[in-house]
Amino acid sequence: MASPDPAVVEHVERPAELSPTTEPAPPLTFQVKNVSIWYGEKRAIDDVTLDIASNAVTAIIGPSGCGKSTFLRCLNRMHELVPKTRVEGRVLLQGEDLYSSTVDPAIVRRRVGMVFQKSNPFPTMSIGENVIIGLRLNGVRNQKFLNERLEKSLRMAALWDEVKDDLHKSGTSLSGGQQQRLCIARALAVEPEVLLMDEPCSALDPIATAKIEELIYELKAQYTIVTVTHNMQQAGRISDFTAFLYMGRLIEFGSTTKIFTNPSQKQTEDYITGRFG
Amino acid sequence: MTMHSSRADNHTWRKIMNALASATTFVSALLVIAPLGLIFFHLLANGASSVNWAFFTHLPKPVGEAGGGMVNAIVGSLELLAFASAIGIPIGVLGGVYLAEYGTARANALLRFVADVLNGVPSITFGVVVYGLVVLRFKGFSAYAGGLALGLIMVPLILRTTEEVILLVPNGYREAALALGVARWKTIVYIVMKTASKGIITGILLALARVGGETAPLLFTAFGNRFWNHNLSEPIAALPLQIFTYAISPYDDWHRQAWAGALVLVTGIFCVNVLVRILTRGRTTSAV
Repeated sequence: MASPDPAVVEHVERPAELSPTTEPAPPLTFQVKNVSIWYGEKRAIDDVTLDIASNAVTAIIGPSGCGKSTFLRCLNRMHELVPKTRVEGRVLLQGEDLYSSTVDPAIVRRRVGMVFQKSNPFPTMSIGENVIIGLRLNGVRNQKFLNERLEKSLRMAALWDEVKDDLHKSGTSLSGGQQQRLCIARALAVEPEVLLMDEPCSALDPIATAKIEELIYELKAQYTIVTVTHNMQQAGRISDFTAFLYMGRLIEFGSTTKIFTNPSQKQTEDYITGRFG
Repeated sequence: MTMHSSRADNHTWRKIMNALASATTFVSALLVIAPLGLIFFHLLANGASSVNWAFFTHLPKPVGEAGGGMVNAIVGSLELLAFASAIGIPIGVLGGVYLAEYGTARANALLRFVADVLNGVPSITFGVVVYGLVVLRFKGFSAYAGGLALGLIMVPLILRTTEEVILLVPNGYREAALALGVARWKTIVYIVMKTASKGIITGILLALARVGGETAPLLFTAFGNRFWNHNLSEPIAALPLQIFTYAISPYDDWHRQAWAGALVLVTGIFCVNVLVRILTRGRTTSAV
């Protein structure tokens, strides 16, 4: 995504309910319309409709098994890896239907990158190879271009200074937090428009977590970020918008400030204050 | 008082039982190692003196002449293994990939069952089948027929080990690659198979070690040959076949050569197994 219009960013970061209705709506990356997802007979997501703003962080919260990960994965069609999945409704990325029959899921995933809960650098590859493998396997041969993209991606993931002399070392030789930033660099190297993060900090210690959170804050200038988190405080710290899912349904969606200070649904309040979940 | 003494009796009884149990298991464990020790001892005692330079460089001598070697059989075995690999490795590895990555549950259950049955089929059966399919049709024993018989034995062995090591690759790596927009087949070849490559190679080596010592499937396919084979559609010598022929002959000199051949064969297979151990040593650290 091109460098953001400052006015747009400022607009998006402002709590939605304070926006005067006369102002144009914030630019949207995703429009999710009446989406339901089945795994075989089991309905994991039930009629969810929400818009995901560009250059902002949207957090998905909710108790275990509420469909957070499934919802996140339907944004780049990763949930299809499980056999017998079925989707109803529409997911529009910049206005294009991701589930139209002419769309190649591999292209969707190039535009919508993903970082997983457990850091997963490829064990047979060096740090450098891990970062550029996505480009390589998508047919990029130009070594100069690959080297430039390697450095750029590692700098964006705030890892360059720590690994620049060890690019040939195994990716699995890094610490847990470094590995997760390596995975972020790997996802950024193919220049996606969106970054999906599935509980990216849940396996990390507080210091490593703080680094990733800081990184997320910096990355939203250039990327639209959707993150799933179990950690309420984290959602409060890093996100601009929060969606609360419960048993596959979207209970409440709005600016993070509103959801955390003045939720309109009793269930949201109960979950946020720790009465269940 | 009585209670105390009965307890003491129990204690003694337990001690005896314990000693008996540990002695039995120890002897059983020894018996596991014993065959390998006996084999090596016998082979060295009877064959070592005949393993010399001529053994590796000379053709067999005619009956009655002393000396000679088995170079044609050693090279023939390598040729047969190469031919068997050309059949067994691609089919076995790709079939294993299909089982682990693509197959539906029902197709997989059937394939696994068939592969396991094939692994249990006596190896001479493969020779009979190839005899019927190839030797009779082309009217002659040949290196092709021998290689095919060995290759068919390799397929189910390699298939099952490939499947197992590919299933050991954590799903996170597949997901990571797919999430980069990498096509499924590229993910499988460049990420999954690369991660599992040590295990796949191990399976191939073990299959080679297994068929390298097979005699029965070669009896009426490769048939054996006392001279160099210059044409793969002609009979070819193989080390196990040569050992068999020499061992059942009435000549002392041939018996000594049979021992030497067996020693060379067992040493070769032993070396492959050592190589496998070296390859699999780092397994726990590299996740596969």
